[in-house]
Amino acid sequence: MAATAPSKKTKAPRTAMPEQDPKVRARNFEEVALGYTADMAVAEAGRCLQCKKPACRKGCPVEIDIPGFIKQIAAGDLDEAYAVLRQTNSLPAVCGRVCPQETQCEGSCIVGKKGEPVAIGRLERFVADTHLAKTACETVTGGPACSMPRDDLKVACIGSGPASLTCAGYLAARGIPVTVFEALHEVGGVLVYGIPEFRLPKAVVRQEVEAMKALGVEFKTNWVGGKTITVPELLESGYSAVFIGVGAGLPRFLGVPGENLIGVFSANEYLTRVNLGRAYKFPAADTPTFPAKHVVVFGGGNVAMDAARTAMRLGADKVSLAYRRTEHEMPCRREELHHAKEEGLDILCLNAPVEFIGDETGRLKQIVLQRMVLGEPDESGRCSPVACQGDTCTLEADMAIVAVGTGANPLISQTTPGLDTYRRGYIVADPATGETSIPNVFAGGDIVTGAATVISAMGAGRRAAKAIADRLLGPGAAGQPPDDMADDSADA
Amino acid sequence: MPSRILRKRKLIPGMTSELVIEAPHIAAKALPGNFVILRVWEDGERIPLTIADADKEAGTITLVYLVMGKTTAHLETLDAGDDILDLCGPLGRATEIHKVDGPVICVGGGTGIAAMHHIAKGHHMAGNRVVTIIGARCEDLLLFRDELCSFCPEVLIATNDGSCGRQGLVTDLLVEMLENDKTVAEVVAVGPVPMMRAVAEATRPFGVKTTVSLNSIMVDGIGMCGACRVSVGGETRFACVDGPEFDGHAVDFGELGARLTAFKDQERLSYEEFKSHGCNCSK
Ligand SMILES: Cc1cc2nc3c(=O)[nH]c(=O)nc-3n(C[C@H](O)[C@H](O)[C@H](O)COP(=O)(O)OP(=O)(O)OC[C@H]3O[C@@H](n4cnc5c(N)ncnc54)[C@H](O)[C@@H]3O)c2cc1C
Ligand SMILES: Cc1cc2nc3c(=O)[nH]c(=O)nc-3n(C[C@H](O)[C@H](O)[C@H](O)COP(=O)(O)OP(=O)(O)OC[C@H]3O[C@@H](n4cnc5c(N)ncnc54)[C@H](O)[C@@H]3O)c2cc1C
Ligand code: SF4
Ligand code: FES
Repeated sequence: MAATAPSKKTKAPRTAMPEQDPKVRARNFEEVALGYTADMAVAEAGRCLQCKKPACRKGCPVEIDIPGFIKQIAAGDLDEAYAVLRQTNSLPAVCGRVCPQETQCEGSCIVGKKGEPVAIGRLERFVADTHLAKTACETVTGGPACSMPRDDLKVACIGSGPASLTCAGYLAARGIPVTVFEALHEVGGVLVYGIPEFRLPKAVVRQEVEAMKALGVEFKTNWVGGKTITVPELLESGYSAVFIGVGAGLPRFLGVPGENLIGVFSANEYLTRVNLGRAYKFPAADTPTFPAKHVVVFGGGNVAMDAARTAMRLGADKVSLAYRRTEHEMPCRREELHHAKEEGLDILCLNAPVEFIGDETGRLKQIVLQRMVLGEPDESGRCSPVACQGDTCTLEADMAIVAVGTGANPLISQTTPGLDTYRRGYIVADPATGETSIPNVFAGGDIVTGAATVISAMGAGRRAAKAIADRLLGPGAAGQPPDDMADDSADA
Repeated sequence: MPSRILRKRKLIPGMTSELVIEAPHIAAKALPGNFVILRVWEDGERIPLTIADADKEAGTITLVYLVMGKTTAHLETLDAGDDILDLCGPLGRATEIHKVDGPVICVGGGTGIAAMHHIAKGHHMAGNRVVTIIGARCEDLLLFRDELCSFCPEVLIATNDGSCGRQGLVTDLLVEMLENDKTVAEVVAVGPVPMMRAVAEATRPFGVKTTVSLNSIMVDGIGMCGACRVSVGGETRFACVDGPEFDGHAVDFGELGARLTAFKDQERLSYEEFKSHGCNCSK
């Protein structure tokens, strides 16, 4: 308990971040949260107590030196603040926007015990955005110069989500040539086809990717791991190591009648059409989306929120979100729930679907919902919902979006003999190094853990990259920056 | 990484063309039953097309498409020497081909004849006796007859107007064959949904294994979105990774047919805009 006695400055309220007006933004795809100005950032940085044993840092999966970078903001040295961030986080502009800070750093912040925590995520975003105009090398490495390329080595990363991007960036910064194989036509994984523009502008992701290209990372789009090229073929063709970061796959459905009616979508399909296919500008872009008047979204996570808020922006008269537990149990970021409510999302808690009803042409017209109550907490501490028998209601709806999770994508495991997977298809990887049952083949991110977070996928990419660099260059020879000590303690 | 069109052949002017595309990495892996997903321009839609043939040595794949709407019409404006912006494959599970005792009957309708061609060739290479049955409205619309005849001695033809082969439907020829030959090992059907459904119904009483290649709407083609889901034997399957070939006797064709109309109003709008203004990409 190293907190110093709260001083006067902590009495200052948390600095609000400017946002687009909810009425306006509910109909556009511009970013909702506009970011701090320099004055706001300095004011907010002043609320930090500079704890000797900062609780926030323990709450961060990659243990960013939080008081360290905040101190530099307060001192007005944004370059140094950025350098501190980059020591442990290679995509801070993304993380500042999408991490669940309330359960991580901000959830642990001492100031938050009595009032509102320091707005660590907003400060992180401010520093990263301010920096993004810098040179490529600086953006990726946080240092002014990169190691000389080692032509005798090469590593393949399959998939281009945060896990692979982090792995590739780390290795490239150490002079190891990397090729990233992505199945889709755009690079970035969920950051480009899942999370919508209004929450994470694609330009932010593209800038990070351009920086990696400048470092020499080669990106091959339209290459499907396990199909166009398999893991054994990559190893045979001279790649010294392979990192598998193919993310989650196969959307789960609800298993209730009528689920294949026209108008019932998985959130993945809906969001991919809109984000990757740019259906928001149909017919100027060719991929269509589904016009709907009353949309009902099922789920309570970030994916459900993104789907619901996208449907609002595409002109639905009403968007409802049905969740079988209560708001309190929703796994989404609090900020997203708050924003969605401001924008007019109708939330139907304690409701589960029992049937989708269609018209004679096979189009959805109604949804039957079952009322639920919260039962006793299970082993995980969450209360499981229990049906109130006989208590159902029927809603008129022409579109339903199902966001109840995903399974494992089978393409890689089907075509990689000797690759061990868990019963549900996720790849078995050593938690410390990410190495799989096949030597020199590593895996990390959602394909190992199941759907998780951007920062945890990045952590896995980084741990694997470090293990690969140690193996290829010899321990320590990679010129490890000092931050890796922090990383090690994070693994322990 | 764009892929170059090396040759283009108009099979039915304005309606159906064949493209031979330089794609060595796909050709090296392409097996009968596989498909690709392509995109023609920056804001284009991803659409699936079957690999009708592949030449590993030349590093090429062959696609045959019917102009249905915006994307295929746009594709039809391209010529030899032009590039296809994105081409990804080979996708889907390959056809299961083993040496079998009796004949394998491969049925193709419309553009499906080209897709069926690769499967028939695969069975032929495996040493199976292959009989192909192809059908169209009239002789001018019959595709790939020469290609099939080049390796398959038994090519049976049905046209609705009787301009070539038997007047009638492919299923008429199929039922006759099944009645006369009790050793038929398998029937494979590729074509429009009503045709595949009719084939499955025709073979059901004979209890002959029947494989159909489903053409549900796809987005990613790698098992992430669920757009392509179909009901097979009462279970939801993903055509892009579990298929596209399934047991024809277990497929819910009614649902598939309905799902194919999901975006019909948007597709019409998009196609009309294209016909009246051309592509947005040239603006
Ligand atoms: C809509 C949505 C909103 C989210 N919101 C948040 C949030 O606010 N905060 C947060 O922390 N997390 C959020 N998440 C979760 C987070 O995005 C994921 O946990 C994270 O992206 C996982 O990273 P990854 O690198 O493992 O995989 P992904 O980001 O899924 O990337 C995998 C990549 O691999 C490609 N691929 C797949 N198969 C192959 C193959 N065979 N060959 C080649 N490439 C292949 C895919 O096309 C994809 O580009 C959200 C997820 C979604 C879907
Ligand atoms: C595995 C598979 C293999 C196929 N192989 C061939 C082939 O070899 N030759 C061929 O001509 N056609 C093939 N098709 C069908 C082809 O993909 C569609 O005709 C094409 O997408 C039409 O696009 P469009 O923009 O020209 O027409 P649109 O006007 O957009 O659509 C016309 C019709 O095509 C279907 N369709 C639309 N978008 C898609 C989509 N993204 N995915 C699948 N179907 C869609 C719908 O039923 C729609 O009503 C195949 C489909 C699948 C799933
Ligand atoms: S952010 Fe909060 S927990 Fe972290 S050092 Fe500052 S006051 Fe302490
Ligand atoms: S096309 Fe997306 S899962 Fe099959």
